[in-house]
Amino acid sequence: MNPAAAGAKVVTLKQQPAPVEAHATLRGVTRIFQLPKSTLHALGPIDLDLAKGEFFSVVGPSGCGKSTLLDILAGLSAPQAGTAHFEGKPVNGVPDGVGVVFQEDASFPWLNVRDNVAFGLRRAGVDPAEIQRRVDYAIGFMGLKDFAASFPAQLSGGMRQRVCIARTLVMQPRLILLDEPFGALDQQTRLLMGDELLRLWRETSATVLLITHALDEAAMLSDRVGVMSTRPGTFIDFVETGWERDRDSRVVSTPHFGDITARLWEKLRVEALKIMSAGKS
Amino acid sequence: MPRLAGTLIVLLTFILLWQGFHLLVGSSAIASPLQTVVKLGSLLGTGEFWLNISETMRAFVAAFLLSLLGGISLGIVLGVRKLAGNVAEPILTTLYSIPKVVLYPLVLLCFGLGISAKIAFGVMHGLIPITLFSMNAIRQMKPVYRRTSQVMRLSPSQSAFTVILPAILPEIISGVRLGFSLTLLGVLIGEMFASQRGLGFLLTSAINLGQIDTIMAIALLLTVFAVSCNSLMMLFNRQLTHR
Amino acid sequence: MSEKWLRLIVVATMILLVELLCRVGVIPRMVMLAPSQMVVELAEILRTGQFSADIRTTFTNIAISTALSIVLGFVAGLIIYSLPALRHALEPLLASYYAVPTFVFYPIFITLFGVGSASIIAIAVLLAVVSMITATLNGLDRIPRVLRKTAQIYRMSRAKTALLVELPATLPYLFTGVKLSVAYSFIGVIASEFILSGAGIGYAIAYAYNLFENGHMYALILLVLVTVTIVNTILNMIDRRLQARRQR
Repeated sequence: MNPAAAGAKVVTLKQQPAPVEAHATLRGVTRIFQLPKSTLHALGPIDLDLAKGEFFSVVGPSGCGKSTLLDILAGLSAPQAGTAHFEGKPVNGVPDGVGVVFQEDASFPWLNVRDNVAFGLRRAGVDPAEIQRRVDYAIGFMGLKDFAASFPAQLSGGMRQRVCIARTLVMQPRLILLDEPFGALDQQTRLLMGDELLRLWRETSATVLLITHALDEAAMLSDRVGVMSTRPGTFIDFVETGWERDRDSRVVSTPHFGDITARLWEKLRVEALKIMSAGKS
Repeated sequence: MPRLAGTLIVLLTFILLWQGFHLLVGSSAIASPLQTVVKLGSLLGTGEFWLNISETMRAFVAAFLLSLLGGISLGIVLGVRKLAGNVAEPILTTLYSIPKVVLYPLVLLCFGLGISAKIAFGVMHGLIPITLFSMNAIRQMKPVYRRTSQVMRLSPSQSAFTVILPAILPEIISGVRLGFSLTLLGVLIGEMFASQRGLGFLLTSAINLGQIDTIMAIALLLTVFAVSCNSLMMLFNRQLTHR
Repeated sequence: MSEKWLRLIVVATMILLVELLCRVGVIPRMVMLAPSQMVVELAEILRTGQFSADIRTTFTNIAISTALSIVLGFVAGLIIYSLPALRHALEPLLASYYAVPTFVFYPIFITLFGVGSASIIAIAVLLAVVSMITATLNGLDRIPRVLRKTAQIYRMSRAKTALLVELPATLPYLFTGVKLSVAYSFIGVIASEFILSGAGIGYAIAYAYNLFENGHMYALILLVLVTVTIVNTILNMIDRRLQARRQR
């Protein structure tokens, strides 16, 4: 709860530090899209090491391939060149122990909240008593207790995203990938959802990779932020925030938060300007 | 353009299947594509056939215009008046799904055997879809359009013609397309059941006489007419919406 | 709720108005029976069972046609969806399909299937099947991509994904197709019977009309109207329930 390391210096590194224990890695990852008349070099080459238990965020201008990066790590799409590894094994299809929260509402409209949350456990053939226990916990943790029997259509956008997070949480993933999960929500809801996410991260001690376009979100939540360039997206900067593990949205009032955000914007502004002057966005 | 090529291939396949079917079951059951076209050509060479066409077209045009005007005005009223629309919609959808042929005797008893019965029957088919589509076009129009026209201080007529109409026109055209087809169907069914003139009447008499080539020639003519009009309306709609 | 009542009042008023006009003779008996008399006549023919065979024929044909349209339309929709090139080519034809006056093909079916139920079912299926195809395509198009991705995250097999994610996601759209298939089957079967057949409710109405038997005719017309209204209301109720779950 103490706004950590107030006044600490923002550590900026051209090279990312060698992680203590690499939980997931990308090496030379490149993605090229074949269009009818041309090829689009969307991403890479990307090198990235995620330390076990670290909260890592990716910020970048729109269209820089942030989501593609996540898809590759999740095994949803394959790179043209380079490799992705999770827990020492090459990623080939969605690996066991990886959970993903999408930006779009991915709750199933035909299932109520409880069945939505239990869906993955039932597919995995988990024992019913255990399902009951874990679903109860996740629903309680995400503050959905009063809505367990509701259908998604009866809930607000923020609540539906909680359902999706709870649904990921029950699977007890060791790596959680979030693709702009709060992009469709209003600013206040986003800050509060950020707190929930931090709580979840501390509770599960999972490794988290968050894709976002919101600088404040990245600065407030992460241990480390990677800044991406315009297409083809590569990492141009890594910023260590130096927050303590026990933090929440109130860090936004500290000068240190301002320093990090300023640092991120300094790098990103150049990239965003490139896109704007090219008339792409 | 590759899209057009694909469609042509499908049409060609259809004609080949038709020809194959003809060879399979024989001329007495199905006329070949060539026989059908030749028959249609010779029919179009006779004055009597054109009299029947004009009879059907007169009834159809009158019925279609009535459906068009009636449907759009009714639809606009029901679209603007929320309560009236909510009350009317289920009634209209039920009316839409009843087989209207069962009401044809009533139409005949009211209007007698003649062109007015055919027109009335055509309107019964075409009016409801046009009304429903027009009503929904107004209801589903983004409220921001109306607010924008208010902010620009447009007069009611300016707002109607420069904002509202262009916004709802694509939906209305979809309704008109459906209404067009159903009106034609209504007029033809009317002629098939009770009439002494018109293409529907020709169809029925050809059925009774077992003239399969005549039946297929008329079916081809009607299909080509209906599909071309429908395609023209779709093209017009696409031009209009720049999609 | 008040809208429901208002609707009931509107319909009741119209029926009462017709009743009144018939009773005082503004609408002559030769043209139309009073609604109350229609009900009496309907009860009478249902009691004597005079048209039971026709009624059974018609409803059997409608049921078969509906079932065939739904199954064929769904399967055809799946096939067309899985072949984008074919779909591209077919789409302009599908959009113009309802412009074709389907009934003119009835004679051709007679030459193929003979006079009888088979031809009638064929024409009704021809009329109804395309709405099911269109609904299937529409439903499959509208499965949000993120739901398929989610199924991948759960590492579900292709079959499981189809059964547990894609099918429920398309269900509301498929039901629209089912609704239309029912309506078009009613129209196709009864209209075919009416114009060119020797059995069924449609034929019986046409027959009664030609013999000026207004009692039988209006009893049967009422039977059709009431049945369609009831079926339509039930389908709409289910539909509303399904639509309420659809968000986005």
